[in-house]
Amino acid sequence: MSEMLNVSSNPHVRDKQTTQMIMLDVTIALLPAGIFGIYNFGIRALLVILVTIAAAVFTEFLYEKLMHKTITVYDLSAVVTGLLLALNLPSTIPFWIAILGAVFAILIVKQIFGGLGQNFMNPALAARCFLLLSFTGKMTAFTYDGVTGATPLYNMKHGESYDLLHMFLGNTAGTIGETSALALLLGAAYLLIKKIIDFRIPVFYIGTFTIFALIYTACNGGVDFTFIAGQLCGGGFMLGAWFMATDYVTSPVTPMGRIIFGICLGLLTGAFRLLSSENSGAEGVSYAIIFCNLLVPLIERITIPRGFGREKKKSAA
Amino acid sequence: MSILTFIGGVHPYDGKAISKDGPICEYKPKGEVAIALSQHIGAPAVPVVNPGDKVLAGQLIAQASGFVSANVHSSVSGTVKAIEPRLLVNGSKSPCIIIDNDLEFREAEIKKPKPLEELSKEEIVALVKEAGIVGMGGAGFPTHVKLSPKNPEDIEYVIVNGAECEPYLTSDYRKLMEEPESLIAGLKVMLKLFDRAKGYIAIEDNKPDAIARMKELVKGEERIEVKKLYTKYPQGAERMLIYATTGRKINSSMLPADAGCVVDNVDTVFAIKCAVLDGRPLTKRVITVTGDAIVKPQNYLVRIGTNQSELIEASGGYVNPPEKIISGGPMMGMALSTTDVPITKTSSALLCYQKDELLSLTETSCINCGRCISVCPGRVLPSKLATFANRGDKDSFIRYNGMECCECGCCSFICPAKRNLTQAIKTMRKEVLADRKKK
Repeated sequence: MSEMLNVSSNPHVRDKQTTQMIMLDVTIALLPAGIFGIYNFGIRALLVILVTIAAAVFTEFLYEKLMHKTITVYDLSAVVTGLLLALNLPSTIPFWIAILGAVFAILIVKQIFGGLGQNFMNPALAARCFLLLSFTGKMTAFTYDGVTGATPLYNMKHGESYDLLHMFLGNTAGTIGETSALALLLGAAYLLIKKIIDFRIPVFYIGTFTIFALIYTACNGGVDFTFIAGQLCGGGFMLGAWFMATDYVTSPVTPMGRIIFGICLGLLTGAFRLLSSENSGAEGVSYAIIFCNLLVPLIERITIPRGFGREKKKSAA
Repeated sequence: MSILTFIGGVHPYDGKAISKDGPICEYKPKGEVAIALSQHIGAPAVPVVNPGDKVLAGQLIAQASGFVSANVHSSVSGTVKAIEPRLLVNGSKSPCIIIDNDLEFREAEIKKPKPLEELSKEEIVALVKEAGIVGMGGAGFPTHVKLSPKNPEDIEYVIVNGAECEPYLTSDYRKLMEEPESLIAGLKVMLKLFDRAKGYIAIEDNKPDAIARMKELVKGEERIEVKKLYTKYPQGAERMLIYATTGRKINSSMLPADAGCVVDNVDTVFAIKCAVLDGRPLTKRVITVTGDAIVKPQNYLVRIGTNQSELIEASGGYVNPPEKIISGGPMMGMALSTTDVPITKTSSALLCYQKDELLSLTETSCINCGRCISVCPGRVLPSKLATFANRGDKDSFIRYNGMECCECGCCSFICPAKRNLTQAIKTMRKEVLADRKKK
């Protein structure tokens, strides 16, 4: 044969799954929560979702175009970021704030640090916290059935009544995607079955937080399971635990690290939600996650696996 | 019987169906043969013939040049044409003895050894050494070295590796089906060397007929057991196999003997049987010629040194011109730039793909998903190691236990970003090993 054949280093076959397919699966998993949000808050919720996603994708495209970088919008990671951010916004949010959030998430948090895989914080959550600090009033103007109302979590914090079943199903006030624990759990189940996410982070996060709440209620007038269940269903907990804390880029990559990460999240969320003063916000999930994002390099460094056959402490031959 | 396995690993498309059913057919080379002096790990053999000499099949043509080295025998009869460098499967030009094949295949006289019962352990190892046997699964480690561990009385398991976890390969399967008695005979030879050892024949559960056949044959054998392995790549990697069958773990700097094990591939055990019971040197091996580009995929008993292009012709040529040809399996095999290379003792397959699926893939950024870590049988962090390797950061590479990698290719296989993790890590490992040698 005169012609040379292709050569390459092994392996010569690859799995079919791509980054794009993973992002698509995450998007699919967020659909129940998104659809429920639209059902719950009306057509404006849909508009907020679309505007935010469009802004996120366009920002990524424009930045990469202007910087003469490879256009990576097809990997759908910007869609996921936009969607997650939208689900974390109230349906009443002015569009310009939603757009500002999307630009902040993609430009400041993601692209400036090197694009996909390089950001040290979850872009959607960082943007949410940025908006929360900058436009506190607009970000917490929750309505339900056309009436302005407090979220169930706020009511819980202030000792007012709340309906657990409504919190589980999601017909309460809140951000677009956080209200229905049921819809979020459906999406989470999809991610687990498709093996997109590892059970370690959410399970240890939820477990630690539950134990924290258990001890908290025990020290404050007896164990109160209704309260604990309300805490689990309320606010951004389910959305955070299954979809934000499990973000690949900003969570530890080592199996042991993921367990530690989950425990840290549970402790911090407990502290922010239950131990903070009456006047501070009822929500703590977002801050807990972006704070723990910062701990990731540290957690990874102390959990380097020793390698097969070296697990037990033994002097290297 | 429980199904044994390890943590990690992947399930690539197995492709074995196209070549598993036909019997092994013997192929006699039509052209000259090129027999490499270095088909094994260790020092190259030293030629004991000169150009112009007449040789017979089975005649010693190059002598082992040290303890870790192996004899080389002629596989055909004819005249030594030259001793010159030729391109081998690994892409390097390496000295070969070129023999002008007279097509008569006259055999050198065989000295029939004493019956096994009368052979001493030293004599058995000497026969194996004489026959030039090396690990035929791919590594090519001289077998007589493996059979002479420091403390032979500490060896508790002799494991025959019949996992054949590489996709597309069916040569071990055919051997298991066609000559199971010889395999057991070979294993018994090995067990004679290690008084305390049990013999395990380990086979993946995608070969239920082979498992059943073997079980039937070892009934009543006190020292031999068949072990069923879960079908997963790289189940046949030495460290994974030892763990699956015995529960013992060895790290990269240990030898199987440190865990009381001796592991040999199916074809190698056959070679041991031929050497010790029949006095035959290693001059032939079984090779799978397969892939979607081959008209008639098949297993061949071929003579070492046969030009691989001849096998393609024997298999009916190509359906379509292949884009990629691999010597060995798709996970760990080496891509060939041409099929004009001779078969060596370690050539297990010739795999021809119509399409090179790697061509259409582009590498994108790591998203830190951790899939490479969950499939890594070496239990290290491929994504990080590859980053260190690409950056040339040797210290971090070593600190993150990069030397524990077994280069199986699972990480590159699974990576959704299509990063060439294995390639980067392999390259860095070579550099580190070279540095260590310098010191």
